[in-house]
Amino acid sequence: MLKVTDLNVFYGPIHALKGISLEVNDGEIVTLIGSNGAGKSTTLNTITGLVKAASGSIQLDGTEIANMAPHKIVQLGISLSPEGREVFPALTVEENLRLGAFTRSSKGEIEANYQRAYDLFPRLKERIKQTAGTLSGGEQQMLAIGRALMSSPKILLLDEPSMGLAPNLVLMIFDLIRSINQQGTTILLIEQNANMALSIANRAYVLETGNISLSGDAHELARDDRVRRAYLGG
Amino acid sequence: MVTFLGATINGLVLGMAYALIAVGYSLVFGILRLINFAHGSIYVFGAYMVYLFVSLQVGLFPSILLAILLAGLLALLVDKITLEPLRKKNSMLISDLITTVGVSFIIQNVLSVEKVFGSERKVFPSLNLFSNITIGHITIQSSQIIMFVVALLLLLVLTFIVNKTKIGLSMRATEQNSRAAKLMGINVNFVISFTFFLGGASAAIAGALICGYYQVISPTMGSLIGLKAFAAAVVGGIGILHGSVVGGLVVGVCECLAAQYLGSNVRDPMAFVILIIILIIKPNGLFGKKGITKV
Repeated sequence: MLKVTDLNVFYGPIHALKGISLEVNDGEIVTLIGSNGAGKSTTLNTITGLVKAASGSIQLDGTEIANMAPHKIVQLGISLSPEGREVFPALTVEENLRLGAFTRSSKGEIEANYQRAYDLFPRLKERIKQTAGTLSGGEQQMLAIGRALMSSPKILLLDEPSMGLAPNLVLMIFDLIRSINQQGTTILLIEQNANMALSIANRAYVLETGNISLSGDAHELARDDRVRRAYLGG
Repeated sequence: MVTFLGATINGLVLGMAYALIAVGYSLVFGILRLINFAHGSIYVFGAYMVYLFVSLQVGLFPSILLAILLAGLLALLVDKITLEPLRKKNSMLISDLITTVGVSFIIQNVLSVEKVFGSERKVFPSLNLFSNITIGHITIQSSQIIMFVVALLLLLVLTFIVNKTKIGLSMRATEQNSRAAKLMGINVNFVISFTFFLGGASAAIAGALICGYYQVISPTMGSLIGLKAFAAAVVGGIGILHGSVVGGLVVGVCECLAAQYLGSNVRDPMAFVILIIILIIKPNGLFGKKGITKV
């Protein structure tokens, strides 16, 4: 579905992604783990068009999308729930969700997507008229994911969905990610919480200072000594 | 009492037109956090387009419509040609600011070139389209009624666009977080262009209304009125639509009362006296929220 080949990204003189390649197949959950500053967010931001690629290819179902405008990439079926949630604080929950469906024009589809968001996150339904800035961190995360799903994406990119959440909420968010996937949305997940990410993913890539150092089956990587030492606390 | 009422009515009418210019500053500020100092010259350009088409016998209403369109396009082009390249390079906001000041002088000077419109004042077609209304001892000119009603309707339309339409929702989203707006599939460049167009179009309407009331037009008239409207936008709380309306009315009324009771040379500084007093009491303006920063 999504195929990244030899992607290079620079921030001024800093070589942030050094020719990385990765692939996400239809129906999979793939996770990209790595420490702070390894280039995880940069990878997602380049896929969504927010950051310009210096060279390399990004293909969605065979269509080249590298360096397309972000709004066109959303239209093609890639949606990002960004790091730090980035909900619109002064807009209501409903308006935030409506914005997620900005590229959709079918009333029926938008209605169905609202329903799906409210089924996944009943808390959002209770707070429909509340402004997003007044929600708790966990609720804002739910809103960010719900909002990203409103565009009926083929592939959902999640940037650190567990960041700053209490442990019970982390479990809940990961359960929900799994059910979103089971409902048919392909997922590329970025996490510092490598334990949780590897436990729900099919496959994983390890990113180290702009290079992919390891990749493979998520459960095998979770048993790999190098991964355990570096990311799983022994 | 009669003079007080008369001056107040004059002030409310003029204030409505100021509000129409002020929303242009507010809309652009909301999205780009930029004061567009070229806005006053767009107002002048709009008024001159009405003057031009009327003198070409196009008829008053079609002339105003054409002027609205052209002024909106000019505002949009100013952004596309001079400001968008700066945004793409992540320039300092101060560069954008001085650019808009420069553009303002360029437009005003091109208009005052002898072969274009010339620098002298000209007679502008009157907007006194029906007879004046007299209530007791107070006479209200029909151009004043038209100015008030048209400005009010347009402000309502603008509020509707911003709060109730899809493009309005995308404007509000871009205002709060343009990065996240892009992720929603919003074409942020289009939203910015649309915002400049709306501001330019409103300024042209204000130009037609104000010049139609005073029946005079000159290429330099935009500097002072632009600054007054900017003051009105800040008085109300810049970036907030209804704030600009109230700010415009406050400035208009104070100005006319000052002219009535303190003499006509106190009139023009009045907007800035109000501005300074209100900012000392409420630094973010009457309706401003504390510390509008991008989240």
